[in-house]
Amino acid sequence: MSVLILLILVSVLVAGGFLFAFLWSVKSGQMEDNYTPSVRMLFDDEVKPIANNASIKITSSTKPKIDSHN
Amino acid sequence: MPHNCYHCGAPCSDTIVLQEKYFCCDGCKMVFQLLDENGMCKYYDLSEMPGLTAKGIFSSEKYNYLDSEAVQDQLIQFKLQDQAHVVFYLPQIHCVSCIWLLENLHKINPGIIHAQTHFEKKEIKIVFNPAIISLKQLVQLLAFVGYEPMIHLGGNDWLKKKKVNKTQLFKIGVAGFCFSNIMMLSFPDYLSTSIGDLGALRPFFAYLNLLLSLPVLLYSASGFFIAAYTGLRQKWLNIDTPIALAIAVTFGRSVYEILTHTGGGYLDSMSGIVFFMLIGRWFQDKSYDSFYFERDYTSFFPLGVTVLQNGNEINKPLAAIIKQEVLLVRTDEMIAADALLLSQGALIDYSFVTGENAPIEVQKGEIVFAGGIQKGRAIQVQVVKPVGQSYITELWNNPLLNSAKNTQKSFVHPWSQYFTYALFSIAFMSGIYWWFINPNNILPAITSVLIVACPCSLLLTVTFTYGNILRYLGKNKMYCKNSAVLETIEKVNTIVFDKTGTLTNHELTHLEYFGKPLSKDQAAVIYSVTRESLHPLSQLITKYFNHQNANIEQVSTIQNFIGKGTLAKCNNHLIVIGSALFMQENNIPILETERSGVYIAIDGDLLGIFKINHLYRDGLAKMINQLKLKGYAIHLLSGDHPTEQENLALLLGQDVPLLFEQKPIDKLNYIQSLQLKGNKVMMIGDGLNDAGALKKADVGIAVTDQTHLFTPASDAILEGAQIYNLEGILKYAKKGKTIIRFIFILSILYNLVGMYFATRAQLSPMVAAILMPISSISIVALSALLSYWYSAHIFGKN
Repeated sequence: MSVLILLILVSVLVAGGFLFAFLWSVKSGQMEDNYTPSVRMLFDDEVKPIANNASIKITSSTKPKIDSHN
Repeated sequence: MPHNCYHCGAPCSDTIVLQEKYFCCDGCKMVFQLLDENGMCKYYDLSEMPGLTAKGIFSSEKYNYLDSEAVQDQLIQFKLQDQAHVVFYLPQIHCVSCIWLLENLHKINPGIIHAQTHFEKKEIKIVFNPAIISLKQLVQLLAFVGYEPMIHLGGNDWLKKKKVNKTQLFKIGVAGFCFSNIMMLSFPDYLSTSIGDLGALRPFFAYLNLLLSLPVLLYSASGFFIAAYTGLRQKWLNIDTPIALAIAVTFGRSVYEILTHTGGGYLDSMSGIVFFMLIGRWFQDKSYDSFYFERDYTSFFPLGVTVLQNGNEINKPLAAIIKQEVLLVRTDEMIAADALLLSQGALIDYSFVTGENAPIEVQKGEIVFAGGIQKGRAIQVQVVKPVGQSYITELWNNPLLNSAKNTQKSFVHPWSQYFTYALFSIAFMSGIYWWFINPNNILPAITSVLIVACPCSLLLTVTFTYGNILRYLGKNKMYCKNSAVLETIEKVNTIVFDKTGTLTNHELTHLEYFGKPLSKDQAAVIYSVTRESLHPLSQLITKYFNHQNANIEQVSTIQNFIGKGTLAKCNNHLIVIGSALFMQENNIPILETERSGVYIAIDGDLLGIFKINHLYRDGLAKMINQLKLKGYAIHLLSGDHPTEQENLALLLGQDVPLLFEQKPIDKLNYIQSLQLKGNKVMMIGDGLNDAGALKKADVGIAVTDQTHLFTPASDAILEGAQIYNLEGILKYAKKGKTIIRFIFILSILYNLVGMYFATRAQLSPMVAAILMPISSISIVALSALLSYWYSAHIFGKN
């Protein structure tokens, strides 16, 4: 029976992990907007190069303006 | 052949064409060109005709105040040398294309580093490089593509709102976590007889439960205790008091049972109830993030003004204006303070302040009032009163407005009081009963009664029902500030309407031509002349010909006489357009004078007259009749001249008091006089001229046509096109109490069942654990069902 105690403690711990995940998601603002991200992820456009655009393939449609930042 | 503008979808002629696409105006075409040049035509692929009617090239001086450092400091949240963060409110955001365009602004201007929209709040957060694009240029770019930000200085209210919302979610999360775990750990206890004794595990479960219930009691339920405490300190029993008591008693008895090893306690019921009640409150409070209900006059006024000092134009924030300063007011700009007109003449549109439709002509040396919009050329005015003391802002300092409006408390509180009294007497009586029969059962019986009969079912009913009703009203374009508004709507017996903008539609002023039929050449000539004039009536005529695809001719000379009309030469014709008086001055004989008409004469020959019809909103007469049948007293207050009196009397009926030429303060006083007679008044209006009355009335509803631009402080916002449905909306808002009453009876039945066990001192934790979720879930489901049913019944199924 004592193994049950261990199991229950583990289960509470796992559930606590989910609680922590929830609190973290609220804190980081994921619950604030539940529409825009669902639309944004469908925009299959080229992403604007952020810090190191060396790793980003420059396609013919990308403007030459952008690689001047290199 | 009629077309629809490729950009904004407005009907248009085939005069403006680019790449085989038709546009309604040059503004729309320019936006398309800009997007096309930057490879951003995807904007048009995501949704059809997504654009907003571009207002053409607006005066670039409009945003000059954004160059001022003081203004920038208020708007920019965070600033580094090459990075600045700013958040704008863009009420125009309405579709997927909007999100796409706004988040891809960096393609148009490399100075924009990152942009992120928040669709529901209609906000955009922009990170930009101030070295490449200034704040002013940024706002100009946004305005150019059709998303003019609504800038409000010194207001960070939305930040506060967000924070409160987060703590609420934290509390729900913690309560939900503890509730589900406690329930799981309590479960073996309920089944212990069938699976044999739990032995050493029983105290382990119980202590773990106790540990898990602490965050619920101390953190999640803290709001109930605080509210109960503040209520008691004000010597007032609110609904949180019995709830706090029930939570405390449940916890106390559970701790006692666990520590003395006499039972498992009721911690699962306790945390469950807290969890459900928190969800109920959150559901009810989930308000419309994108609306602002608390606007005062400062939201309507320009943020900055142009001051003339020694011939130089200087931009100053509004608050910094002092007496004697000379301001420059350009076309379509608002006058920010009561001032003396220094220029030759001005044409001021006071519709915003007084509700009067036609612009007013002001002569040099006369006073112009704050809130008026200059329709003619740029003028210079000298400030006579600082902004805070002007005629229109004085309304806000009126002591009548400072008396708090919603002091009356919700009907829920008295109900919960009766409930508490009944509860205490039952607990007391069962205590007395057991005192005679078996004194050992006194304490268990009393605590059981308090545990099982918590008024949380009342709270759940109220919060979920109001939450549902607010949502269904929102679907029908009526957006309430909070649920307290619904309760006040219930008591209303008098409805006061404003005319301009409320019963009539600003956008739909309708022009009709009477007289000799116009030939194509004549139409072209008139069209060409009216195009050149900024007068609102000329613009109406221009619009009239726009739809008829008139040609454009070269205008050789044009003279505008403010308040009278226009004299122009075009194609060797002399064109006279203007009032009856203007015709007589130009020796053109006319038969009858028409107050609100525009006469047209070519080469001394009177052709006809354009008459302006104010279009009343659809279904108005029917709506007023329905309201009268329901027993509402209807009143009408208008700031306009009584020219429409006969029409209105026909439309509204002879028994409706019609008051004309009402100043904002008159409206406010009228509302008060109605209230003093014991009436509960609902005011329905728009614009600044109704702001005082809207605030004074028990329920103020602001009517708006445009995407929630310019709504004064109010309790609810109603979309103009829905006003025909007012009777249904009020009826539905009132259904809340019916639903609550019905469900409350049901929850009393649940309570009786619980009482049956409790008074016999036989309330086992299992009975409590079964009864509690059943009652909570059935209440929530029933509330949703009834709200839906009534909504379908009143508004129809869609």
